[in-house]
Amino acid sequence: MSAPNSSYDPVEVTPLNAEEVERVRDEALAAIAAADTLDALKQVRIDHAGDRSPLALANREIGALPPQARKDAGQRVGQARGAINQALAAKTAEVEAAEEERALVTEAVDVTLPWDVEPVGARHPITTLSEHIADIFVAMGWEIAEGPEVEAEWLNFDALNLGPDHPARTMQDTFWVTPERAAMVLRTHTSPVQARTMLTREPPIYIACPGRVFRTDELDATHSPVFHQVEGLAIDEGLSMGHLKGTLDHFAQAIYGDGMTTRFRPSYFPFTEPSAEMDLLCYVCHNEPDAVADCRTCKGEGWVEWGGCGVVNPRVLVACGVDPERYSGFAFGIGIDRTITSRYDIADLRDLFDGDIRFTQPFGVEL
Amino acid sequence: MKVPVTWLRELVQLPDDVTTEQLAARLTQFDLKLEEIISSGISGPLVVGRVLSLVKEPQKNGKTINWCRVDVGPEHNDDDGARGIVCGAHNFVEGDLVVVSLPGTVLPALGFEITARKTYGHVSDGMICSSTELGLPGDASGIIVLDPDSATPGDDAIALLGLGDEILDLEVNPDRGYALSMRGVGRDTALAYELEFADPAAIEVTGTGEGYPVRVEDAEACPVFAARAVTGFDPTRPTPPWMAKRIEQAGMRSISLAVDITNYVMLEIGHPIHGFDLSSLQGPIVVRRATEGEKLTTLDGVVRTLSADDTVVTDDRGPISLAGVMGGAETELSDATTDILIEAAHWKAPMIARTARLHKLPSEASKRYERGVDPELPARATQRVADLLAELGGGTIEDGLTVVGAATQRPAVEMSVHLPSRVSGVDIDAAAVVEALEGNGCEVALDHESLAATPPSWRFDLNDPNDLVEEVLRVVGYDQVPSIVPVAPAGRGLTTAQKLRRRVGNVLAGDGLIEVKTFPFAGAADFDRLGLPADDVRRRQVLLENPLSAEEPGMTTTLLTGLLRSLVLNLGRGHADVHITETGRVFLPQSGDAEAPIYGVDRRPTDDEIAAFEAALPHQPHHVGLVMSGERVRTGWAGPGRRATWADAVAVVQHLADELHVDVEVQQAHVMPWHPGRCAAIVLEGDVIGHAGELHPRVLKAYGLPARVVAAEIDLDALIAASPEIGPRPDFSSFPVAKEDLALIVDDEVPAASLQRVLAASSDLIESVRLFDVYSGDQVADGKKSLAFALRLRAPDRTLTDDEIRAARENAVAAAASVGAALRT
Repeated sequence: MSAPNSSYDPVEVTPLNAEEVERVRDEALAAIAAADTLDALKQVRIDHAGDRSPLALANREIGALPPQARKDAGQRVGQARGAINQALAAKTAEVEAAEEERALVTEAVDVTLPWDVEPVGARHPITTLSEHIADIFVAMGWEIAEGPEVEAEWLNFDALNLGPDHPARTMQDTFWVTPERAAMVLRTHTSPVQARTMLTREPPIYIACPGRVFRTDELDATHSPVFHQVEGLAIDEGLSMGHLKGTLDHFAQAIYGDGMTTRFRPSYFPFTEPSAEMDLLCYVCHNEPDAVADCRTCKGEGWVEWGGCGVVNPRVLVACGVDPERYSGFAFGIGIDRTITSRYDIADLRDLFDGDIRFTQPFGVEL
Repeated sequence: MKVPVTWLRELVQLPDDVTTEQLAARLTQFDLKLEEIISSGISGPLVVGRVLSLVKEPQKNGKTINWCRVDVGPEHNDDDGARGIVCGAHNFVEGDLVVVSLPGTVLPALGFEITARKTYGHVSDGMICSSTELGLPGDASGIIVLDPDSATPGDDAIALLGLGDEILDLEVNPDRGYALSMRGVGRDTALAYELEFADPAAIEVTGTGEGYPVRVEDAEACPVFAARAVTGFDPTRPTPPWMAKRIEQAGMRSISLAVDITNYVMLEIGHPIHGFDLSSLQGPIVVRRATEGEKLTTLDGVVRTLSADDTVVTDDRGPISLAGVMGGAETELSDATTDILIEAAHWKAPMIARTARLHKLPSEASKRYERGVDPELPARATQRVADLLAELGGGTIEDGLTVVGAATQRPAVEMSVHLPSRVSGVDIDAAAVVEALEGNGCEVALDHESLAATPPSWRFDLNDPNDLVEEVLRVVGYDQVPSIVPVAPAGRGLTTAQKLRRRVGNVLAGDGLIEVKTFPFAGAADFDRLGLPADDVRRRQVLLENPLSAEEPGMTTTLLTGLLRSLVLNLGRGHADVHITETGRVFLPQSGDAEAPIYGVDRRPTDDEIAAFEAALPHQPHHVGLVMSGERVRTGWAGPGRRATWADAVAVVQHLADELHVDVEVQQAHVMPWHPGRCAAIVLEGDVIGHAGELHPRVLKAYGLPARVVAAEIDLDALIAASPEIGPRPDFSSFPVAKEDLALIVDDEVPAASLQRVLAASSDLIESVRLFDVYSGDQVADGKKSLAFALRLRAPDRTLTDDEIRAARENAVAAAASVGAALRT
């Protein structure tokens, strides 16, 4: 018995009946619709779109049809397979999305759990305020000068017109280094840095000197034997008190904002002549008529004391080798610790120095 | 200086509408800064009353009270034309004029408001006042009885008794000694308000001829000495109330008429005066230096041992007064003194300052002498005192007047008339300059563009042209100074060291450390706690003559003293995990007895002279210190944390070095206060610049700290000095890398770092060497450990061949063998 000649034998191929193809297609689409997991879809794909699926098998029979019938059958089977594949793709995407959705839901966590295992550092406000002030002066073209804290008596006093019998020497309660003939002190101000700068540099000089200084005050809420100040010195041709005022007004605005200003009151410092105390417009009430009376910061004055200043005494210029006929200059100083306590409402100066980490932490790394 | 405003208004005819607040504000602008305005604080209906009737009523408690009807004027009387008041004092009778505080009066001395109250069976409708209750000087045992006919019932007693007086407490700067007197404040007030000023020291001296014999041997300390005698003084006379009140208002005590007069004149014209009991003097007065060890009992009853630095007033018996500071007890004015020798001497400021300091005797007199007293005043001061002793005490002024020496003329100060404008920035014309200087008492000679100002005798602060500028500007007004921002030449910004210190600060904060600022004082107890050996160089301190505490007699040599104190405080306040750091100077004395030079101030010291400062001053490098206690990583919901270990301390230091691109070497070290087995020396180019690790258990015990606190301290200046401008640039070879791992067995004692160094140096091809595992246990012999390193090999110009890689590996193994390491098999 010879095998049928599939090319030519007219055979009846059941799977290629239009009704049968439609039935198989509908069966597949129903199975796809019913599948709701990726695993189920995988099985549906094998059963209805795989190599052994009815339509795949039917497809192979097309060649056996007479040429006339091939086209119709091919079209019919192709369309059915296309519909199934399309439905499969759509359903797969749908199920994948749903599964991902489920997975995301089950993976959800409480993101409010605190991540507090790493220590958080901070820098002391004395440091950051000193840097902030330095930046203000650097922005004006000034430079920052420094010097030792155990200082020669001559540089701390004599060079600054504070002679051995000067009453101001007793005014400043000085820590003296042993033995007394060592002629050294813990610097009582950062002014010796100004003297050092004048001694070693040619004018013009524009410097700010932040630093730690010492006086023999017992520690209490408002006094400390160790404190910090920043002083400024400008030596140039033609400088006047007007330039001093301009510098301080600029400084006040840079720290406290627009509209800030300073005022001068006459005072006495051996290293400046004329000398002035400077007041800063109250940075809380701005001396506004309706706010000043109740202002706690300035106690109704409208101004707060800020520091001392003046025109550099020509005697200081001479001792430091600057020609007073050609050059003049001005100097000023403000307390950094006091600026911090008043600005941040800190009642007790001791908080700055006892090192409780809760004090420094809120200041972060920048002021 | 306490200035009663009524007294000031007597000297200067201030307009009535100038309030005390305005006056104070104006004087503040004249360098007489207001400290506070003092007033009695008494308010309310305080009136004069006349006692109409007085009934004595004995009480059960033994006291007798007076039930009085007092006429307090039509405005205040009740319908019966008086008020009923209970009074416990007995020094008054019917008809007397008294002072009554009616309900509503506030008396600060009592601390409450007077009200009508029921007492001893009557309603007492007010209070009859004593001096004390009104805050006045005088007898506290009885009530005030006014002079008959001195007032009318119902008169305001606040005005009558001067209780409404206000006192300006002015801060007088050391250059303005003249303002420690009504004369000085009055002159400045007149200048401030452009008013005439009648100088209270413009006193005509009447004395002629020989006075009490005085010889001045120490003319340097005492350029002028004046003396005047008053005899027949009545010591029983009281001080008039107006004078006593002014003395008290000025902050001194009223003592007796004679003493009060000397103090009053001092307050008035600023010249201290001393009164001797003339009858107690023995022989002529001699002013001389004290001899060492001489004794003097001063007015306060203290026996003082004198030094050759003191100047004394003596008579035949020896010292009778510590010149310009305090008189002696033997010759003091007593309540029986009738004959008085008035001394007004000009003592030099430095001598007085020295003596007052030496004997710890600051007095009203020394305060004035130290700041400078007008040398033209001695004779006039004696005249003023003599006049008052005669007027108020019935004394006779002796004709003889002693004046030894004379004031020297102050040299004129020359100045360009433009200087005040140049210095102040305010446009001030020549006429204004001259006027201001004359207002300050200078005699001014103007010659075209320049002037010569001769300062008045009381102005010791006017010596230089700039001193005159200040006086001119004071008159023109400091508020006239313009505001001009000067243009500085282009600055170079922060120095490298300044920038790197900031960077270090930020790196430390980034590493979770909190910066603290501690005091740099320390002492032997600190070094004992740190366990420093007796000969440790860190025990050599810069010591202070006057430390605040004997426990901390000098400057610290290590930041750990302050940091550990801070750590103790933090743990004591309940913080468990504390990571703190400090950046600051430490103080390392020069060897030997260094002395800083003192130079003159009339020229710049030479460069060599300036260098001598540095040679003498202690070395004061910036250090960075840190201590960590508790957990470095906190235990939490995510799992167990991790305690800070020695490695964390080393890591922070390493991090700093890396950030600064400085190659430091870590070596094993044994240095207190660190644990001998857990201490790393940080070595920079062969020099140890610091240590890091765990603290010694003994140190922790001494501080009462928990176990396993770790710490580090390094010389930041050294680290910064070694920091290159930019870090070493890697060779960007694009050829492939070859990776080789080596596990090496070494003795436990061999530091990993030394093996790593040897490996890194074993071949040019080595790009990096990283330790990735340390093992000791069953797999290696006792006393040995296995260190595993990852080597990366690369050539700049070619792909390495297998042979090259093998050779490099063999070189590395061989190099490791040189320090006793064997390849693990």
